[in-house]
Amino acid sequence: MQYRHQIALARTLRHLFGAAMVLFLLAPLAAVVPLSFSAGSFLSYPLPGLSLRWYETVFLDGPWLATLKNSLIVGTVATIAATVLGTLAAYAFARRDLPMPTAVLGFLIAPMIVPPVISGLGMYFLLAWLGLTSTMAGVIVAHTVLAAPFVLITVTATLQGFDMSLLRAAASLGASPTKAFLTIVVPVITPGIVAGALFAFMTSFDEVVVTLFLAGPAQRTLPLKMFEGLRDNIEPSILAMATFLMVIAAMTLIVSVVLMKKNTRNLGGRLGRAMAETGE
Amino acid sequence: MAVAVAHGAEAAELRRAWHRSGQRRRLVSLLLVAPLFLYVLLAFMLPIGLVLYRAFENPELIEAFPETASALSGWDGGEGLPPDPVFATFARELADAPKRATAEAARRLNYEISGFRTLISSSARKIDSIEPAEPSAMRAALVALDERWGEPAYWHAMKRATPSYTPYYILAALDLRQDDRGDVVLAPEDQRTYVDILLRTLRIAAVVTLICLLLGFPLANLMATASGPFAVILMIAVMLPFWTSLLARTSAWIVLLQKEGLVNSLLARLGLIHAPLELIFNTTGLYIVMVHMMLPFMVLPLYATMKGIPPHFMKASASLGAHPLRGFLHVYLPMTLPGVGAGALLTFIVTVGYYITPSLVASAGDQMVGYFIAFFANTTINWGMASALGMVLLACVVVLYLLAARMVGIRQLAGLK
Repeated sequence: MQYRHQIALARTLRHLFGAAMVLFLLAPLAAVVPLSFSAGSFLSYPLPGLSLRWYETVFLDGPWLATLKNSLIVGTVATIAATVLGTLAAYAFARRDLPMPTAVLGFLIAPMIVPPVISGLGMYFLLAWLGLTSTMAGVIVAHTVLAAPFVLITVTATLQGFDMSLLRAAASLGASPTKAFLTIVVPVITPGIVAGALFAFMTSFDEVVVTLFLAGPAQRTLPLKMFEGLRDNIEPSILAMATFLMVIAAMTLIVSVVLMKKNTRNLGGRLGRAMAETGE
Repeated sequence: MAVAVAHGAEAAELRRAWHRSGQRRRLVSLLLVAPLFLYVLLAFMLPIGLVLYRAFENPELIEAFPETASALSGWDGGEGLPPDPVFATFARELADAPKRATAEAARRLNYEISGFRTLISSSARKIDSIEPAEPSAMRAALVALDERWGEPAYWHAMKRATPSYTPYYILAALDLRQDDRGDVVLAPEDQRTYVDILLRTLRIAAVVTLICLLLGFPLANLMATASGPFAVILMIAVMLPFWTSLLARTSAWIVLLQKEGLVNSLLARLGLIHAPLELIFNTTGLYIVMVHMMLPFMVLPLYATMKGIPPHFMKASASLGAHPLRGFLHVYLPMTLPGVGAGALLTFIVTVGYYITPSLVASAGDQMVGYFIAFFANTTINWGMASALGMVLLACVVVLYLLAARMVGIRQLAGLK
């Protein structure tokens, strides 16, 4: 009897702990949403009234929109480049005949291990040498190398357990290599590529540190503007942008879950995102 | 089978054909991985190499005073002053050197001895007033300009600053310096800061990792065993913050924890506190926000590992009469260790290099190495010092990365297994 009590107590404690962790993880995000609709400019409750003025500041005003546009341009180009590079490499790994695969993988994912403040410094030296600092091209080159490992990992995860002999089977049945690739590999790999591209885009879209080193006033990205805003004086327009970013995060989360659902080893992708955070 | 029945030359031919096709396959794989490999090499490894180079590069004096530099490198650097011709060469070059080069050299020399910058700039202003004289008279003339030119310490500092490459920055990043005899010694007590910063960085990362482990282990266990809506809510609670922009999360915490913030006003309304608590822009705030940022890094590898542990293992241990605690310690815990290793190392590696969040939510005394790298690079434009600190931080990360690769494997660290 007492044993049963102990188990019941343990279960209650576990659930209480779980609820506390949910509160800790989600409450901060939830708390800023109402503030972003405040009619006043103070960041405290009770709200003086509701309004959309801070959303107007963010989405109708020049500076915020310009940085959003920069982020979208950099993110899109870097994502395309990273997706092509990462997918090709992931396919090479899936063929399982690369020499020293672990060492090569370790080398290729180094950009997400090295602290971005070091990468940013080095890339600044390189781009200064090439005369590419304060150019869009420079920022894109940097974001591509930071984002590519996430595509590599996500697509590799998708191809894990993929049986390469299926391609040989197709060839023995008379399919050309192209046809075999299109009908066998592409359907398996596509969700992984899309998820990888999503990770890549979010990595670029949230990148501050390296961009801080490389961007001039004309390349200011959204995170850079938010960083400056937080450093100087935090006002509700930042919270409006934060809310907008949370909505984007929720949407990408849903899309990636749907995409990766079929693949039980989807943690690679999730962890890829985890490591995207090294990009701060 | 075909190979087994083939004989002699035929078998050899078959083996060769097999080998050739294997080689072709491998070549295709290499060509597929080559673009990313080269890209990472050029756009990532080359920059890291440049940081290493910049940590040792020392061009300022050679650029401003090339002949003085070569004359000083010929000086044995013993007690006393360099020979007279050095003074003459230096006086001539100081008068002739372009302003910018002189300023750079002065800045470089100021790292060696504080006050050297003004010595150079004031001497450069007054040097034209010196009448051209015999080399032997130049020493007296310079000393007359500023008596510090008569002190050997300044010439030793100048000699240390003349080679093309210098250990100065990397030594400074470790609170070391070269004395006048060229021996490596500890920096004066009031100038020892960087080892403290490094230790602080490692301490913060260790504490954050430990808190994340203590919270993340039961949370991951709950996620792995819960079912129904509770499991979904837990998963969302871990994943949503994770996908949310780092700056959005940081701003949320600032709003929540500041003096007039939600936490303080809630506590005040409940009558628990009478004066607002200092929850942010200090060490407390740093730990709260960093744990929030890092928790998913810990939870996800743990969750993956725990999900792979069959639940009937614990049941088996219970059916054999083991207390749940004993079952946990001897059956469950050992099987989670790969996840613990991956999560802890990942959390530690990411925290050690963090810069943006601490710079926004911690006090000046809580800043980590990353902050100072950015400070030297963007504020004081001291590339040597920024690079040297970068190398020290990189060394820490590389050691941890290799450790992680050895202990849990690269693939596990990347979440691939």
